[in-house]
Amino acid sequence: MTLGRIRLLVVVLCVIALEIVCRTGLIDSYTLIPPSKMAVALFHLLRDGSLTAEIVATLGAVLIAIVGAVIFGILGAVILHALPRLRRAIDPVLSIYYSIPMFVFYPLFIALFGLTDTPKVLLGFLLAVVTMIASTLNGLDRVPKVMRKTARVFRLSKWSTVREVILPSAAPHIFNGVKLAIAQAFVGVLGAEFILSTGGLGYQIFYAFHDFDNNKMYAIVLLVLIIVSIVNTILLGWERRLRQRRGLA
Amino acid sequence: MNIIGNFNTIDGTARPSMWKQHQRSFDLLMIAVAFVVLWQVFFQIGGSVALASPWQATRTAIAMLGSADFWGDIRTTFSAFGFSVVIEAVLGILLGAILGLRRLTGDVVEPMIAGLYSIPKLMFFPMITLFFGIGISSEVAFGVLHGIIPIILFTMSAVRNIKPVYLKSARTMGLSTTQTLFSIALPAAIPEIFTGLRIGISGALIGVILCEMFGSSKGVGFRLMNAVANNVVTDISAITLILIVFAAVLSGVLMKLDERLHHRI
Amino acid sequence: MLTNLDNSASASTHPAIVRLNDVSQVFPSRGGAPAVHAMGPITLDLRQGEFFSIVGPSGCGKSTFLEVLAGLATPTGGEVLMDGKRVQGSIPDGVGVVFQEDASFPWLTVWKNITFGLKRNGVDPKIAAERAERALALTGLTAFRDSYPAQLSGGMRQRVCIARTLVMEPRLILLDEPFAALDQQTRLLMGDEVLNLWRATGATVVLITHALDEAAMLSDRVGVMSARPGRFIEIIETGWSRERDSRIASSDKFGTLTAHLWSLLREESIRASQYAKAKS
Repeated sequence: MTLGRIRLLVVVLCVIALEIVCRTGLIDSYTLIPPSKMAVALFHLLRDGSLTAEIVATLGAVLIAIVGAVIFGILGAVILHALPRLRRAIDPVLSIYYSIPMFVFYPLFIALFGLTDTPKVLLGFLLAVVTMIASTLNGLDRVPKVMRKTARVFRLSKWSTVREVILPSAAPHIFNGVKLAIAQAFVGVLGAEFILSTGGLGYQIFYAFHDFDNNKMYAIVLLVLIIVSIVNTILLGWERRLRQRRGLA
Repeated sequence: MNIIGNFNTIDGTARPSMWKQHQRSFDLLMIAVAFVVLWQVFFQIGGSVALASPWQATRTAIAMLGSADFWGDIRTTFSAFGFSVVIEAVLGILLGAILGLRRLTGDVVEPMIAGLYSIPKLMFFPMITLFFGIGISSEVAFGVLHGIIPIILFTMSAVRNIKPVYLKSARTMGLSTTQTLFSIALPAAIPEIFTGLRIGISGALIGVILCEMFGSSKGVGFRLMNAVANNVVTDISAITLILIVFAAVLSGVLMKLDERLHHRI
Repeated sequence: MLTNLDNSASASTHPAIVRLNDVSQVFPSRGGAPAVHAMGPITLDLRQGEFFSIVGPSGCGKSTFLEVLAGLATPTGGEVLMDGKRVQGSIPDGVGVVFQEDASFPWLTVWKNITFGLKRNGVDPKIAAERAERALALTGLTAFRDSYPAQLSGGMRQRVCIARTLVMEPRLILLDEPFAALDQQTRLLMGDEVLNLWRATGATVVLITHALDEAAMLSDRVGVMSARPGRFIEIIETGWSRERDSRIASSDKFGTLTAHLWSLLREESIRASQYAKAKS
């Protein structure tokens, strides 16, 4: 039995256990509904299209946040890498960044930008960009010196060297950064929608929660779990192919 | 290597390292100044409808820290934080150690735990609140949820990475299991365990504050959302400032400790 | 692997004329550690189109020499002249370098690796493709043009680097212990290949190696470098014919030559190891 199959078995057993615990009333239905009921509720919601706008809203916000985080993250890392003194100065900020509850800025953003989409995209961006910078910096650090020397032998310009040799060489680490950044963007956007918003899946969860509509609420929670899992699986697949091609297994 | 650089200079002084220390503090000061300047700029742009100026926020914060009312909230947040840390540390280290010692179980479970960590923990908020009810228990549970996974993973890794040669040496020295555990295994594993603890502690703080922001009736996070609801801009800025400063200082202290522990090895 | 080759393309480029005048390299003092006099002063005239090897103990400055020669580093003393022009700060046109570490780009196929420099230096695509095909054939990689370096052995990856260098038709080829990571048999075969390439391109070749037999077998001249700071103790003429290959290893002259190299080197190696001990 491979590890992968064992894990699948564990997951299935957990779901079944959850199902049993709910159905037998060990956990009452005001707290948790059985996974099967979640699935059914989700199916109905998807079918009658009531969630489509929300899905688009959330995923759209995550997408913008991620694109921004990747671009600024890579640029920021390249700049920091080229300016060691600046990097050393900013280093403590990068280190403690994720211990600060970034969500406290959310009310500030709402005050600045109003209850639009900007605050939640901004929050997603802020949470994602620093892990992108950190991973990219790590990748840049690990570019073998011989690569840079080779670029000089080919007389590439500084910018060309970065674009055609250094960034491709650091690509596996950059990709890892993208993976982590996507997870953070989801956290930021969903959390923002939950705290205060007018749309998106996070808001729907909040609304159903306060409406005591457990069916709807857990259905949407399940949906988010499914979306996140699918995105992760796709990313892991790409990463595996990238690493195989490089012989990193 | 660092030691050689610091002591064996040609003229025998340790001058290079002292400048480096001062440079570090100078850079940190510059960062703090840059932060305040940026803040002031945003204040000029956004106006006092959105933001309080650094000076105003600081004054309000000091006033708040002087009020017994606010300290009630601080006590709530702090006790939730404290309980979270204790529970997640004990559970996390225990679980991590077990999974580290039992190869197969550890191998199976590790990616799953890592995967759990990337799920937005907000998804568990409804379940936790429905189970524990609104109040400090949910806060503690949410805090544990945020912080326990790094503790488990780092402890696992630390236990696995104890070099077998240490344990063999212990046996040849005739040490009992308890002696081995306390004089060899734990000291070898502590630096890495502490790194996990450090991340877990920061995580617990975030979890507790988030829980209060999402839905609570007490605590600093609640005070923040209350200020939002009543649109008291100075309070919003002040509480944000207090939280950031606290989180930053806590994180800084933990990291210094982390460094110290790692230098011993 | 021995391919008959028309010299027409490379005959149009003449091999580089390289002079070093009193070149030395001193690394400045850093972080309290004293300054390091790595190499020199060295004065040397490379003959056009010759195969020149450098041997010497570890840490003697061989790689520093190569970097200064290539223009990768600027010497603190003296000057390097290539075709009469001073080499300073930037890599002059027509220099190719094969490094000790694997420098093949893992994100590109063998073909893309080889054509990398051509595209970026504005060579006409048709000519670029021809040169690349020839380089593939010369290095025996034709069957692997669409493979990625990770799928190749260490020796083949070095061949990719060599092909990538060749394709630029350099007039000065610098090889920094390119076969250090390979096993002995592969090294000997690669040595034969390098000789082929040298004859085919007619470039001036400088090879740095710690393997005395390799230096003795491949070169027209062998420079023996002293322990740090590296200077040439002796430069030996091997007198081999241009059409040589690894089978000269069985001749008497080869044995004498290698023994002589070792007798020179042994002293220097002992000195270098004592120096290293004193430092630590």
